[in-house]
Amino acid sequence: MSSDATAPDRPVIQMEHVHKWFGELHVLNDINLEVGQSERIVICGPSGSGKSTLIRCINRLEEHQRGRIVVDGIELTNDVKNIEKIRAEVGMVFQHFNLFPHLTILDNLTLGPIWVRKTPRREAEETAMYFLEKVHIADQARKYPGQLSGGQQQRVAIARSLCMKPRIMLFDEPTSALDPEMVKEVLDAMIELAEEGMTMLVVTHEMGFAKSVAHRVIFMDEGQIVEENEPHAFFDNPRHERTQLFLSQILH
Amino acid sequence: MTVSGNAPKAEVLRPPVTRVGVVGWMRENLFNGWLNSVLTLVVLYGLWQVVPPLVRWALVDSLWNSTPEACRSIDGACWSFVPANLRFIVFGFYPADQQWRPLVSMVLLVALLWWSRDRSHWNRRLGWVWAAGLVVMGVLMRGGILGLQGVETSLWSGLPLTLLLSVFGMVAAYPFGVVLALGRQSRLPAVKSLCVVYIEMIRGVPLISMLFMASVMFPLFLPEGVTINKILRALVAIILFTAAYIAEVVRGGLQAMPKGQYEAAEALGLNYVQTMRLVILPQALKIVIPPTVGILISAFKDTSLVVIIALYDLLNTTKSALSNPKWMGFSTEAYIFVAAIYFVCCYAMSNYSRRLERELTPGRAGSDP
Ligand SMILES: Nc1ncnc2c1ncn2[C@@H]1O[C@H](COP(=O)(O)OP(=O)(O)O)[C@@H](O)[C@H]1O
Ligand SMILES: [Mg+2]
Repeated sequence: MSSDATAPDRPVIQMEHVHKWFGELHVLNDINLEVGQSERIVICGPSGSGKSTLIRCINRLEEHQRGRIVVDGIELTNDVKNIEKIRAEVGMVFQHFNLFPHLTILDNLTLGPIWVRKTPRREAEETAMYFLEKVHIADQARKYPGQLSGGQQQRVAIARSLCMKPRIMLFDEPTSALDPEMVKEVLDAMIELAEEGMTMLVVTHEMGFAKSVAHRVIFMDEGQIVEENEPHAFFDNPRHERTQLFLSQILH
Repeated sequence: MTVSGNAPKAEVLRPPVTRVGVVGWMRENLFNGWLNSVLTLVVLYGLWQVVPPLVRWALVDSLWNSTPEACRSIDGACWSFVPANLRFIVFGFYPADQQWRPLVSMVLLVALLWWSRDRSHWNRRLGWVWAAGLVVMGVLMRGGILGLQGVETSLWSGLPLTLLLSVFGMVAAYPFGVVLALGRQSRLPAVKSLCVVYIEMIRGVPLISMLFMASVMFPLFLPEGVTINKILRALVAIILFTAAYIAEVVRGGLQAMPKGQYEAAEALGLNYVQTMRLVILPQALKIVIPPTVGILISAFKDTSLVVIIALYDLLNTTKSALSNPKWMGFSTEAYIFVAAIYFVCCYAMSNYSRRLERELTPGRAGSDP
């Protein structure tokens, strides 16, 4: 893991002229985006603007139809082996956690390492406990997801992704399904991760988080990247009318 | 939870006397409201009419170990039919001097099922134990080696045949049904339509006609001189039939799975087989345990349809025993006996399914009733 957070030079994600349609609906319209090593990007925009689709294209939960996406030097094509390789390198945290309810917390965390990385169980469990400690939830290892609060579940989900030792982490509105008092514990875990130099793409409307962590904020609307700026400039002086409108809505 | 210390002391209230104890329970459950009271009385009257004569017939006036002639002179049940014909009902045409072999096989089978009941025994070794057990059972039943006298499969009948058809029918139909359900969900159009056609075709045909086809039509397509064992053909028909129903039930379970579960598994890099095996199926199959067991139970009972192709399963051997002029006319007793055997098996299955369901519920630590 690189600790140099200020050198986003070598791109780990490249998106060039990416288009995607759902039937007739043009969900991604000529997306161009480069993300450097250890760079942290916040994506915001109105509901339905294509934010989720954008980051889901990066680990091929959605398939793009035109353009090129290169992740960690591997181009995303229909080659299943490539896709599995990329998915192992890219962690994803979902709005609704998507923990596996039939497995204990510990088994949720070791599933990927054991079956995808072929890590021996003991080692996988040690790693799992390490990351559970990090998100302050190690005492819950033997419980099942249904027995945890939303905030705890989301921290488990973050730990589950980290157990795969990913190079990139994608977050799709990780706090928007949480009760307000649990938002902070999840954001804290993410901030800690950012401080360690993880490359992160985060779809969120948490402005405080964006200001303190992001290198860049991207605003999307109707499938396009409308505006892109360093966070303070983005929030204080939005250039586009649509950005201004959106910001005025989420600020009130 | 305990009441916090500084709360004002509440008076300890006990429920009113009329709500507890036997009287309370009866008031609550049998006589609350006039409709309930009337229903209770009607049911009590019905029981009064039915139970005493039944007890008299089955127990008081009955004979348990007598000649058929003695039975003809009484009003009660002639249970003597059962011990007198037990050997034939259970073992059918299997040579009498060799019947310890099916007996040992059945004991072995029950022991294996009993051992497999516990989920902590579900591992690779159990698979080997079953494989070994099957070989032993097969050798015992068929003989012809190790100094055992050979016994043609056409002589296999009675309870061993019923167990063979149902246990192996179910054990093979279940995985096959799961595969069919997965196939029906497949993105590959060829696989998908093949599974759909198969499932719909089978479900559109009664089991009896499948058994007929297996025993009458199927041999016509085989080259001259090649024969396939009749029991095997019936077994295959039962498997093909049951699997189609299981497939539909399992499909219901698969459809109940949230998309997020697939996505989380894929995002971790699990491939299709791993995703299904580790994440989706354990949850989906658990949801459909009750309907699945329903299907298995009816499959078990439907094995008695093999009577149509002249196989002598438990029900058919019983019928044959009844056709003996000496014992003719005691069919009530005979069928009650067979029904009891079927009931024990079905009840065990349904009981086990409930237990399994409870055990598979996450976070079961003591929170279950
Ligand atoms: N699987 C899908 N099938 C059809 N339309 C979809 C699908 N997923 C998303 N959409 C549509 O694509 C658009 C963008 O969706 P999404 O990326 O989820 O937006 P956001 O995350 O910004 O709210 C929306 O109009 C949504 O209705
Ligand atoms: Mg979204």
